[in-house]
This record gives sequence, structure tokens and C-alpha cells, in this order.
Amino acid sequence: MTSGSANRARARPPWLLLALGTVAVAFLVMPFLALLQRTPWSGLGELVGRPVVTDALRLSLLTSLAATGAALVLGTPLAWLLARQRFPGRSAVRAVVLLPMVLPPVVGGAALLFAFGRRGLLGESVYDQTGLLLPYSAWGVIVANTFVAMPFLIITVEAGLRSMDRRYEDAAATLGASQWTVFRRITLPMVAPSIVAGAVLCWARALGEFGATVTFAGNLQGRTQTMPLAVFLALESGDRQAAIALSLLLIMVSLAVLVPMRDRWLGA
Amino acid sequence: MKLKLALILATAVLLAGCSDTGGGAGPATPTGATPAGGTLTVFAAASLTDAFTQLGDRFKAAHPGVTVEFNFAASSALREQIIGGAPADVFASANESNMTQVVDAGLATGPTPFVTNVLQIAVPSDNPGQVAGLSDFGKAELLIGLCAEEVPCGQFGLEALAKAGVTPSIDTNEPDVRSLLTKVENGDLDAGIVYHTDVLAAGDAVRGIEIPAGQNVVATYPIVALSGSDHADLATAFVGYVRSPAGQRVLESFGFGPA
Amino acid sequence: MFTAWIELRIGSLDIEVGVDAADGETVALLGPNGAGKTTILRAIAGLLAIDRGRIEVDGLALDDPAAGVFVPTADRPIGVVFQDYLLFPRMSALDNVAFGLRARGLAKPAARAAAAGWLDRFGLAEHAANRPRALSGGQSQRVALARALATSPRLLLLDEPLAALDARTRVQVRTSLRRHLATFGGARILVTHDPVDAMVLADRLIVVEDGRVIQSGTVSEVARHPRSRYVAELVGVNLLHGTAAGPHLVRLESGSELVVADPVPGDEVVVAVRPQAVAVYREKPAGSPRNVWPATVCDVEVDRDRVRVQLDGPVPLVAEVTPGALAELELVPGTLVWATVKAVELSAYTQ
Repeated sequence: MTSGSANRARARPPWLLLALGTVAVAFLVMPFLALLQRTPWSGLGELVGRPVVTDALRLSLLTSLAATGAALVLGTPLAWLLARQRFPGRSAVRAVVLLPMVLPPVVGGAALLFAFGRRGLLGESVYDQTGLLLPYSAWGVIVANTFVAMPFLIITVEAGLRSMDRRYEDAAATLGASQWTVFRRITLPMVAPSIVAGAVLCWARALGEFGATVTFAGNLQGRTQTMPLAVFLALESGDRQAAIALSLLLIMVSLAVLVPMRDRWLGA
Repeated sequence: MKLKLALILATAVLLAGCSDTGGGAGPATPTGATPAGGTLTVFAAASLTDAFTQLGDRFKAAHPGVTVEFNFAASSALREQIIGGAPADVFASANESNMTQVVDAGLATGPTPFVTNVLQIAVPSDNPGQVAGLSDFGKAELLIGLCAEEVPCGQFGLEALAKAGVTPSIDTNEPDVRSLLTKVENGDLDAGIVYHTDVLAAGDAVRGIEIPAGQNVVATYPIVALSGSDHADLATAFVGYVRSPAGQRVLESFGFGPA
Repeated sequence: MFTAWIELRIGSLDIEVGVDAADGETVALLGPNGAGKTTILRAIAGLLAIDRGRIEVDGLALDDPAAGVFVPTADRPIGVVFQDYLLFPRMSALDNVAFGLRARGLAKPAARAAAAGWLDRFGLAEHAANRPRALSGGQSQRVALARALATSPRLLLLDEPLAALDARTRVQVRTSLRRHLATFGGARILVTHDPVDAMVLADRLIVVEDGRVIQSGTVSEVARHPRSRYVAELVGVNLLHGTAAGPHLVRLESGSELVVADPVPGDEVVVAVRPQAVAVYREKPAGSPRNVWPATVCDVEVDRDRVRVQLDGPVPLVAEVTPGALAELELVPGTLVWATVKAVELSAYTQ
């Protein structure tokens, strides 16, 4: 069954675009092919079954999902405020939101320590009064992941809100809907594709996060040692096989999520 | 505009002329004589940073026309880079195992030990955890950090704890000594096990607590001039200088022990 | 009962208009694109705030800058039908109509029941579960109207309600819309650029141009005495500017003179000539020597049973002839003809 668009006469793409695009694909794909070529396929099952690997994988998945959840709850309202409300200092707020994307992750981790570490601006009083501490716990990993990944969600959702047809919100207002009702029943459903795209980007960033996590939360198997950290340490110790196996695992997990998210969602 | 361009070009040509020409095309120098110029690339364990920087300055002063470039990192990372083909002339490792792997890869022969280092406990300058020795490392309420097992400092630390009969309650295994030390300095950790030289280098920022000889581990640092070096004579000269009495005095001043 | 004095500046347009509508009355805001009609509607709806003036419904102030009053859109007792209907795409027709009731606190089952009643009244019962995507233009328009009326507003605003429809549907929907509007007890304000829409649907016209009210009155009043070129063209009337040259004589810029039956009211006058009153001949007609001019056919526009012939000459006119006459006279662009108008068909008045 062919759709109408498949029947349409297809013009050949300009050769320059085609050539450059092919170079780009080759550039991006080559490292993965090299990785596949070095994969110890026979020992893979055993490597992947080790506790250090399963611990790291489980921790990575849990913390990246939790960070995405936090980003959705905190980031979506901020995106709405940036897109819909005019307030003094709005451009400054937007710049600050972009900051974690620009900062080297390790710097971000250090900054998080200055804020939430045991002697941190906020962390000190919380620790003294409750004994609660973010570093060295999975919560610390979640905080670090949220810090670096949330901006991706905010930017995506804000763009979606800006490009949305706002007349539907006007129509809802004329029918007597409060701003909250408009947001809940009209805006959110219409901007859902952008929210999904933003969440996927956020999750992908959180999954691969390394610098801020190790600086802020530290490294301990089962508690704070995520997949990227495990790969790094495997390389350090010369266990290249383990490093490759871990990397492959991480890639498979990522592909499993990204591939089903087709143009519909990631095209925004 | 054209004059400016000409000046820039001329300067570039001059600088190019001044840079390293000691590549494979240069003539072979007789054994024992040091060549007039060149850039020496030294890969050294992070704990050697301050000491080797000073050694490098003195070496340069003694050999005009020679520049020394350092790459300080965890020995395991350096080992990986060398095996991966990085263009190093000298390798100084913080433990034997990393050096052995480089030798086994056929990239060096005849490494020699040149200094030793011992471990020391580092605590923040105000010692909030009131740590007195390795036995305190078993307390769950304290924030304890070690180097990751994958780096020499981490293996030695675990050895020392085993010798002391302590089951440690570890909160983090930092990927390198520098990040461990930073967290201790800032008070984000109550205690960590680092090298004696690191504690000295940190000055007032941390307080050091001795580990008694019965529990301590002596780390022997080997050094070697790599086989594939383009500056074999310079490399040998540098290794010789490091092992010379003058070089050893410098290393001692930073807290290293004799090999 | 709705009254408003609106002063508002938007972009480069300065708006200063008075609008009013009584309960049960439909008032059309008529004007060219860019006149500010939609802006005025948005201000009444509360989507824009006015700079000066007052908007009130049944004595309740909605916007009064001087008194510091501004009632937000959601709290205004209004219903709006938008140009593209703006039916919520992810909701069924039923849920669309129920939306306003639910937004105002009515429970879901009660709101849906009321909405079902409205859809029934509009003959859309079997489309209740359909998404807007599945509805035709005419059906969408009715759903939009039902949605706006379901909340029992006191003022109904319609922004170009027929613009999104094709010509054939427009005729049908116009008639049914007129019927439905008549059942609504409150005041209705309709924005349109189509004079036929205005004439069929409205009791009263307010002509807006460049942010100002040019003319206001019943349809026949406006059609008989158009005050501007736009209105004249709108109602299809020829407008000629001239000066008084005698008690029954008007001289145009070109020098030609028109004899009018009524006395000329002032010095600067405008003479209105209905296209239907212009007779076209191939040869100069004998007999009445008054109001006869040579002309060249400029353009011929056939519209089913009406033909509009644009004539160029000392007295530029648009004449309306039957298709039979067109064939008989063999009128094509470039043909030389004679045009005449009876004096009684000419009305002159001051601007």
C-alpha cells in the first residue's frame, strides 16, 4: 500500500548536500563500527553479567529517569513562564538556564558542591540540622544529572510553546477558562510533542553524564558509580574488554529508546 | 596592510626555524654527548607534578635550547596513552605494575626505581571528624574517600587498611588523587589516603596524619626512557639527572624517599 | 445591552470608535482589511486592553482605564466565534461545546448533557463524538456557535464567521446563521468585510475605516447614502465627486456636468449612481440630452445573471446590464459606447 507521497515524483537532491551529508554520517558512524569490530563477542555474556556492570546499569537507568522526572516537573513550568510571561530579568533567567549547557560538567559539579556539599551555602545548614547530605548518595547523582540535563528540556519546551498557535488559548479564555485550566486542558496537550522531545534529550544527556556526577556525588559501586564512570575506570585499569562491553551496553540501551522515537517526536 | 602581513610571515618563519628540528631527519649524535636543542616529552605520575616541574626547570637551565614538556596524570591513564601510541620520551610511574605493562608492550626496556613514596592520611585543616589513624576509617558516620582501585594510590590504600586490620566504610573512590585531595581540602570528606608528598604539597590546606610503618605501604616509582623516543639521548640524560644526587635532593625536598 | 467607547493604539493604527448594540440586535462592524475591526473585537473580548474609554455590558464595566477597571477575558459574560472556529482539535464536538460549562465549574456529566442539547438544537446530534477534523466547514461553524452560546453569554461576538467557507456553503450557512442568531436574546456584534454577510445578518451597520467610524445606520440607510469610496464600492454604488454648478447641476473634475433631480445640498458634493441605473447604448440616444456621455468599455465582468461593465471616460461609471444586453450590444473592452442616467436616479449629498 503506497501513500500519496511515495507516488510523487521525487526530485534528486543537490549533489553537494548529499556528499556532505554522507561525510557527516560516516564521521558519526565510524567510531561505533570500530567499537563493534573490537567487541569481544564470545565473552560478552560473562562480562555483561558481572555485578559491577549490572549495578552500574541499574543505577544509570534509575538516576537518569529520576532526573528526567525532576526536569519535567520543574522545567516545564519554567519553560511556560519564559515563553508566556513577560517579567523583568527574563533574558537573564534564560541565560542562567543555558549556563549548565555551556559550563564544563566538572565545573558544574564543583559548583554543586559549593552549594550543596557538606560545607556548601545551603548544604551546611541542612547537614548540621538534619544530617542529610546529597554527595556520596544516589540522590546526589540525580541532582547532578538534573542540573546538567534540565536545560535541554526547558529550551525544547520553550521553543514548542513559542511556536504554538496561541489563538486556542484565547478561545479557551473567552469560554471562561482560568489560566490554570487553559494550561492544563489546552496548552499541555498541544505542546506534548515538544515535551516528549525535551524529555528524551534530557534523559539522553543524563544517561551520559560523567563530570558533574563524579565531582559532586563521588564514585562508589552500587551507590554512585554510573555506567559512564564504570567505562572510564575500566579504561584506567587497562580492562579494555570490559570498557568496550560496557560501552556497547550503554549504546544498546540508548538506541532502544531513541530509535522508536521517530520524526514525529524528535522532529518537534 | 601588506607590511603587517610580511612582518607576520617573517616572524612565523623565524619561529618555525627556532622550533624542534630534532625529528628523525637530524644527524645521530655520538653517545654521551647531549644534542644542542629539542623538546623532551615527559609523562609522569600526578604526584610528581611539583618535583618534576622544578627538575624540568633545572634541566632546561643546564641544557640551553632544550624545552621539557610534561604530561602529569594518573599513572594508569599515562600507561594507556603510551600503549595507545602517544609520543612520550620518558615515563615515570607511581607503581611497578603500570611500568610492567608498558615494558610488556615492548615500548621500553630496563626501567629503574628512582624514588619512593609513602602513604599518609589527609584530613581537612580543622579535622572535623577528629581522625587520628587508620582505625577511624571504619566509622560509618565519617565521610571517607580513597583513590579508585584502578589507580596505584587506591591499591596501596586498600593494602594499608588491610595491614591495619580495618574494614573501611568508604563513601567514594575518586578517579585520581587530585580530586580526592580537593574534596578533603574543602571539607567534603573527613579523611582520605593520599601520598605523603601530596600532603606536603597541599600545605596548610590539609593536615597530615602519619601512618605507622607497620601499616604503611612503600610505593616504589620506576622511571624509563621509552624505546620509540625521537630524543633518545635527551631522554637518557633526563633520567640520569633525576637519579643523580642533585636530582634526588630536589625530590627529597618535596617529601619523596630514596629508591 | 452593550455600549463601548474604545480608544486604542496598536502598531501604527490609532483606533477611536464608539460601538453599541441592544439586546436582540445584530450590529455588523464592516470595513476593509486593516481597518481595526478585529482589534476592536479583541478589545471587547478582553484579549487587548484599551488605552482610554469604557466598555460595558448591561451596566457592568468590563474595561475602564480611568476607573482602574479591567475584567479579564475569562470573567467576561461573552461568547466568541472565531474566524477559523478554533475548535479544540483533540476534543470531540461534544467536549468542545461542553468546555465552557466545565471551565465554569459544572460537573462533567451535567456539562456534557447540556452540550448534547445544544448540538441537537443545531442538528449536529450524530456528530457529537466526531473530532473537528472530521467535520465539514458548515458543521464546524455550527459547533463553534453552539460552543459560544452554551455558556449563556450576554454578548455574542463573531469574527468573520463565514470567511472560512466556500461560496456555496457560505450561502446556506448564512441563512441558518441568521436564524440561529435570532434565537439569541443578547446583543450580537459581527465583524465582516463582506457586505452581503452584513446585509443579511445585521440589523445595523457600523462602517470602520482606519480606526474611525465612517458611517453608521441601517443597511438601507448606508446603501442609499454611502459616505466613502469604500462603502460605495462595497454596496456596489458609483461615487462621483464634484462641485455645485447650479441648483440641479453638479460639475465633475473632468468638466462634465450631471443633472440631478433633487436640489444640490452644498458646494462640495458627492453624487451616487447605482450601476443598475446606468443605461448603455452603441449609438448616441436621441431625445433626452441630459446626462449623456461617451465612454469606452474598460472591463466586463460576468456574474451569472448580472454583468458589470466598467466604463472609462469623462464620467467613469460601472454599469450593470443583462447578459442579453451584453450580447446584443457586443460589448468588449475597447468598444465605444454612450452611457445615460436619468436625473431622478442621481442623488447628490454632502460628505
